[in-house]
Amino acid sequence: MNTGDTAWVLVSAALVLLMTPGLAFFYGGMTRAKGVLNMMMMSFGAIAVVGVLWVLFGYSASFGNDVGGGLLGNPLQKLGLAGVLDTGKTMPLIGTIPEIAFVGFQAVFAIITVALISGAIADRAKFGAWMVFAAIWVSLVYFPVAHWVFDFSKDANGRNTGGWLGQGLGVIDFAGGTAVHINAGAAALALCLILGKRKGFGKDPSHRPHNMPFVMLGAGLLWFGWFGFNAGSALGANGIAAFAWINTLAAPCAAILGWLLVEKLRDGHATSLGAASGAVAGLVAITPACSAVTPFWAMVLGLLAGVVCAMAVGLKFRLGFDDSLDVVGVHLVGGIIGTLFIGLAADPNAPAAGQGLFYGGGLELLGKQSIGAFSVLLYSFVLAYAIGWVINKTMGFRISAAHEAAGIDISVHAESAYDIGGRISGSFHPLDGNPAWQHAVPAHTESKVDA
Amino acid sequence: MKLITAIIRPEQLDDVRGGLESYGVQGLTVSGAHGYGRQRGHTEVYRGAEYTVDLHPKVRIEVLTSDERAWDLVDIIVASSNTGTAGDGKVWMVEVYEAVRVRTGERGVAAI
Repeated sequence: MNTGDTAWVLVSAALVLLMTPGLAFFYGGMTRAKGVLNMMMMSFGAIAVVGVLWVLFGYSASFGNDVGGGLLGNPLQKLGLAGVLDTGKTMPLIGTIPEIAFVGFQAVFAIITVALISGAIADRAKFGAWMVFAAIWVSLVYFPVAHWVFDFSKDANGRNTGGWLGQGLGVIDFAGGTAVHINAGAAALALCLILGKRKGFGKDPSHRPHNMPFVMLGAGLLWFGWFGFNAGSALGANGIAAFAWINTLAAPCAAILGWLLVEKLRDGHATSLGAASGAVAGLVAITPACSAVTPFWAMVLGLLAGVVCAMAVGLKFRLGFDDSLDVVGVHLVGGIIGTLFIGLAADPNAPAAGQGLFYGGGLELLGKQSIGAFSVLLYSFVLAYAIGWVINKTMGFRISAAHEAAGIDISVHAESAYDIGGRISGSFHPLDGNPAWQHAVPAHTESKVDA
Repeated sequence: MKLITAIIRPEQLDDVRGGLESYGVQGLTVSGAHGYGRQRGHTEVYRGAEYTVDLHPKVRIEVLTSDERAWDLVDIIVASSNTGTAGDGKVWMVEVYEAVRVRTGERGVAAI
């Protein structure tokens, strides 16, 4: 075991967990004021439900011994994290770090992937239905796909026993362009088709972002956490981590410039939402490629992602689907760009050692990357659509029109984010009927208190 | 008695209030309002989608006054709220049949 590597992976895991509350701010700021808490709760709900399932069987289903064709790990093999704990006697290692550190690092990837989906269904999804969807989707889609892409296990004879995409086919996805971003983006597209448009979609001015400083704060936290996401994926404190770190800086910087350029030329204004979105688009695109391309190509990729994603987010208005916060336009499109770009610009001298078209590798790697991108896209879309359809037919996925009009924070969570100007009328009842509080109540109002 | 209502720019409120107080007006009611007239709205752009905001924040001032002072008050409000650009607002006056001071029960001009 290497303590430096272990320290870096544990810190990276904490950085990646911070991305989900960061995402809550990023998404929360983009919703209207009466839906911001629900938006944030969908991220926190994802932390809760995915964290529990990961410990129970998710890690095992993703990284347990393959049960056939590189499609799934054995969910029973490491049930409840059996066999991976550091008991002080035999400590299982992955490379140079304890396996239990790897368990934690991969857990936060599963969490953020699920949370990303919620941006497509702002303001209109039943919270319970979302939690059920999160539990089923992460079990049936994320855990298998993480196995496909991230499991590089070998048996005692050195034969590949991991996932079919990463280990079998040789698709390069360093930190999750397919498993995280394409996966979440495709599920987001499926869900917004199941739920339908928000009332007033494309017309109601109240749907504009209610708190741009939240969006900027969230984008900043996401970027900060993303250094753990990408550089942590080296699973060591080493040159590969540093290589990924620099690319995680370079690509989003260029992407911001690309997005702002499109805005200035097309709309006449370079906006703060554009800067935040450009950074995220660049981060998404570099995620699979950050060990495969040089920092120069990372900037080209970032610029490309910034420009294309800025143009892609308007598609929902033309095609008529309400991907409320542009999960498809940023994560699906950005993920595809980054995954395919590896097939063009992968440098054999970079840590991933792929050989892209520009480096004389022909079309082979691009073909593999395409299979990786579109197989995950198709699998996630079909399964997410089916899961969402069943939830919609059974418990119902969408809140009532009256609740949507009143605001999902009040109607679903019985809370409101802001109390501007104070409550003009109403009353206050502690739900536990605290006796000490009742003594303080003047006699003429006492009758209103439920004992 | 007259009721004078003025819809003005929020940033002109201090000037209008100062003008009315120097004339001797002892009370007025101020509330927030949103609306539009000839003033055009502004456009905000979020990820390439345009949102036009055409209900501008305004301030509504209401003053009860005697018939003799009413025209002076209108002149003061107009002079102190005028910036010469679209969106300065409106002032209007209506007849009031009765006014009562709640604390004392005084009626008519004495209640103002």
